[in-house]
Amino acid sequence: MAELARNQAPVSVRQEKEESVSLWKEGWRSFKKNKIALVGTGIVLFFILLAIFAPLLAPYGINEQNLSLRLQAPSKEHLFGTDDFGRDILSRVIYGARISLWVGFFSVLGSVIVGSLLGIVAGYYGRWIDGIISRIFDIMLAFPSILLAIGIVAVLGPSLQNALIAIAVINIPNFGRLIRSRVLSIKQEEYIMAARAIGMSDARILFHHILPNSMAPIIVQGTLAIATAIIEAAALGFLGLGAQPPNPEWGTMLASSKDFLTQAPWTMVFPGLAIMLTVLGFNLMGDGLRDALDPRMKS
Amino acid sequence: MKKKSLTALLAFMLALSMALVGCGKSEKTSGSAKEGTAQSTLVYGRGGDSVSLDPATVTDGESLKVTKNIFDTLLDYNDNDTSIKPALAEKWDISKDGLTYTFKLRKGVKFHDGTDFNAEAVVFNFERWANGNADKFPYYGSMFGGYKNDESHVIKEVKALDDYTVQFVLKRPQAPFLKNLAMPPFAIASPAAVKKYGDKFGENPVGTGPFVFKEWKRNERIVLEKNKDYWMNGYPKLNQLIFVSIPDNSARLNALLKGEIDLMEDLNPTDLKQLEGKKDFQIFKRPSMNVGYVGLTVTRGPLKNKLVRQALNYAVDKKAIIDAFYAGQAEPAKNPMPPSIPGYNDAIQDYPFDLEKAKQLLAQAGYPNGFEMELWAMPVPRPYMPDGKKVAEALQANFAKIGVKAKIVTYEWATYLDKAAKGEADAFLLGWTGDNGDADNFLYALLDKDSIGSNNYTYYSNDELHKILVEAQTVSDENQRNELYKKAQEIIKDDAPWIPLVHSTPLLAGKTNIKGFNPHPTGSDKFTKVEFQ
Amino acid sequence: MFAYTVRRVFMVIPVLLGMSLVVFFMIRAIPGNPAQVILGQKATKEAVAALTHKLGLDQPWYVQYVKYLGGLLRGDLGESIRTGTAVSHEIWPYLAATLELSLAAMFIAVIIGVNAGIVSAWFQNSWFDYAAMVLALIGVSMPIFWLGLMEQWIFAIHLDWLPTAGREEVRNPIEPITHLYLIDTLLQGNTEQFVEVLQHLILPSVALATIPMAIIARITRSSMLEVMKSDYVRTARAKGLSMFWVVYKHSLKNAIIPVLTVIGLQTGLLLGGAILTETIFSWPGIGRYIYDAIGYRDYPVIQSGILVVATIFIFINLIVDLLYAAIDPRIKYN
Repeated sequence: MAELARNQAPVSVRQEKEESVSLWKEGWRSFKKNKIALVGTGIVLFFILLAIFAPLLAPYGINEQNLSLRLQAPSKEHLFGTDDFGRDILSRVIYGARISLWVGFFSVLGSVIVGSLLGIVAGYYGRWIDGIISRIFDIMLAFPSILLAIGIVAVLGPSLQNALIAIAVINIPNFGRLIRSRVLSIKQEEYIMAARAIGMSDARILFHHILPNSMAPIIVQGTLAIATAIIEAAALGFLGLGAQPPNPEWGTMLASSKDFLTQAPWTMVFPGLAIMLTVLGFNLMGDGLRDALDPRMKS
Repeated sequence: MKKKSLTALLAFMLALSMALVGCGKSEKTSGSAKEGTAQSTLVYGRGGDSVSLDPATVTDGESLKVTKNIFDTLLDYNDNDTSIKPALAEKWDISKDGLTYTFKLRKGVKFHDGTDFNAEAVVFNFERWANGNADKFPYYGSMFGGYKNDESHVIKEVKALDDYTVQFVLKRPQAPFLKNLAMPPFAIASPAAVKKYGDKFGENPVGTGPFVFKEWKRNERIVLEKNKDYWMNGYPKLNQLIFVSIPDNSARLNALLKGEIDLMEDLNPTDLKQLEGKKDFQIFKRPSMNVGYVGLTVTRGPLKNKLVRQALNYAVDKKAIIDAFYAGQAEPAKNPMPPSIPGYNDAIQDYPFDLEKAKQLLAQAGYPNGFEMELWAMPVPRPYMPDGKKVAEALQANFAKIGVKAKIVTYEWATYLDKAAKGEADAFLLGWTGDNGDADNFLYALLDKDSIGSNNYTYYSNDELHKILVEAQTVSDENQRNELYKKAQEIIKDDAPWIPLVHSTPLLAGKTNIKGFNPHPTGSDKFTKVEFQ
Repeated sequence: MFAYTVRRVFMVIPVLLGMSLVVFFMIRAIPGNPAQVILGQKATKEAVAALTHKLGLDQPWYVQYVKYLGGLLRGDLGESIRTGTAVSHEIWPYLAATLELSLAAMFIAVIIGVNAGIVSAWFQNSWFDYAAMVLALIGVSMPIFWLGLMEQWIFAIHLDWLPTAGREEVRNPIEPITHLYLIDTLLQGNTEQFVEVLQHLILPSVALATIPMAIIARITRSSMLEVMKSDYVRTARAKGLSMFWVVYKHSLKNAIIPVLTVIGLQTGLLLGGAILTETIFSWPGIGRYIYDAIGYRDYPVIQSGILVVATIFIFINLIVDLLYAAIDPRIKYN
């Protein structure tokens, strides 16, 4: 029996690798055909480029105050108008892309890492560890997430970094549960049982087999989570709990714009549009990725 | 086939939505029709709700604004300043030694519950407060030096000589005694009602004031109704006075513009433009009795050095800040108290805006290349600083010019005060609105070493200053007292624990047909004479 | 089924207990003493110390927690530090305000979302389908606080059609019975106030409805597409039943389960997640109530407020799950 397993194991591992390679290839093929997903990717790329080349693209500095040019309507000099410090809104929106993408990406990265670890431990070892971790997830998910984030920021103090941490924390259980269920199902597959039987170490099984096999849903879920994280960061910024002035974070810009709703609506329109477009980009891309990579949706 | 049914469906939905809009239009007309009738209800929009309507138990302005209209005090402030005029007490005598005050009370005044106002009622109220503690009646302790058994308690006894004569005997002279009596927390409550409601008196206030309490819906509104038997004949003019809470300044302005409220406080100075040229609205300016400042915590890093603090004073362009964020509705401050208060030292020359001088001082102090510090910005609007974060941004730009890199930090308001009181801030924005128009209420409260841990957030401590301020508390001669305060301001200016920024003029906006409204410098207004025309 | 239900209900207890512990510690980790906050900037040190003692905040944490828990078991949610009123007594008006807003939002979301989803599926790949799905995607991508601001600017200020904020006309206040104002005004037969309440509801509920509407539309569409491909629908068509009938009666009945799930989940989310909408529209709801309490460090309100919201949320989820388990859609095919 053991003999058999030893002989079979390498074969199935190879098979599994080939399968996963073909999943990615096929996924890419169908993603390429999905026009809407490509539009989304285009939008995301656009904002990434905007963030990278902000210093070249922005016509003015983000902190160039000119109090004599307060709240100017959009014009040739200032395409998006100016804010109450006389700063160029277009430039601030461009630089704002850096902040939002940074927060979106790194908060999700944080949730993915912590969530995956917890999920793997819970799913792989099961029993009481699973019980505890799953209850923790239940507790976190029962919180209204925005209140939990507000609470975390209130404890740590309002700043961009702490907003990022808060957003990362509230999204942990989503990834944790995803990975846990993934691990549970993979664990039952033959080749993993075989690998276990031949005495492969837990770490090896986890990192060489289970984790790579969970990548597809993580990427899909992660892309969509970036979209949510960007909105959450903007919401915290809007409540004054996120990025602090003079950082041109979009939500923070919106917060100060609400004082000029009637006088200078452009201070409100453009940062909001920027948030919406970026989030839309990630959502479209995430949808496309799901269609392409998620085997359940494929049929 | 497919196309046809889709079009039909859309046509149906279009018709439906048309019907809904039509509905909306007709609703609109019915809504505006009732505004035509003569107005006797005034809706006052403000930023927050009251904590309790028992004025003696609170320290927050939002509570006192309301109780000022339900209750009367023995004495009251004049309409535009903090000089004294009679209220429930018609006349008074002060003994030569300044220790005995005898008040003749107004006759025929009744509390809203029908019981009589008399000397017994006054004694009852003062006994109630004196027998309390700092938790129950916080203002009493801080204005009268403590409670019944405290050594420092100023009032020896309060007695009724006859039904309408009350005598106060003090242990030692207290210069601002009459001004203290006029403060809204020391309003006379109905003894019967206090006994009846006990702990719940704060929700069932009964006074002698121009308005009777009717309803309180937490976080939304407080409704007061006309006191038909008010002792001032023919007053109040309004039938109803409603206080509503709308936390956001701009939202409150929108509510005013749409006619949802009649009068609002804390108009953003930058919103003045919106009201320009609108005939239906007028601006009210509250005489300034406040100061907005940058505190420089003298126990922290480079700020320990007096030269550094002076350098920062030289680096601030107050004029530009006032123009941009107060729309000009503020005076640059050079002293920690506003000019309207007796004892203000106008001879003091402010630190001019001089970057060269600032750099020079920094170099002298050993920081030729500047340094890094935190600059704390208030998260909430205050009358003395409508937008702390914006002022902080402007200051940051100012400081950067002399090499001082300020990082703007903010906390949620309660945390902010807590941390600042613990001396955890480097430089921080804050301010103060005076309670009774006395210099002691600014200089001692904010900068004496006794106040460290409470309202002296900079941890500034100067023994010479302490001696002067304590002496001034008991001197009853006005001139001598003012001289002491002038000296105190010189010391403070030189030590520079603050950058005094502004004395702002808080703005209110209301409908043009509001008459008889005089915003009071203390921030609590009496609506007795207000009416619509 | 019964055993499953009992097990699920019992699993709620440790979750709520854990939550109460998390909230208890988290709010105490926020710097700032409630006594100081209540007494304000002008309070003396003695006053703060005295109030701290009176509130029992100088006791060790475990004493405070056990007391709180003991109170909970007796159904006592504690007393608000700021107002001195029992939380159980003062919480309902706020909860009702949010309930009314959420239900109005869900009403809009379901009516428009379900219909848009159905029509999109019915006319798959038509221009309507594309437009609706693009709109749905924009809907989920929209920061609702931004949408709220835009609505205020356009409909309340610029066009002056609707009120900017609040639940009722200040000058024409409503005498609450249930605190659900639409119901109260109907009970009192006051149509004028009913219309006013409706007008105040429109902007915030539309803002709040966007995301659930978009999600519901998408789910309905995909669920409908699956059902409509099935043999039985083809059979029905072949029998000559009208398309409208097939779509709205037969297909919808079978496609509705995932839609119901989403509706349940979204309703739960709205209850605690309406803070931003409530902030922008000065809506006196439960989200604001808790958020303001954080500002005042009103510990009992924060603790019990979150617990109440979470309990409702958990039970909505539970009911949705149980329904899901109870109704197996395939059984009803005939």
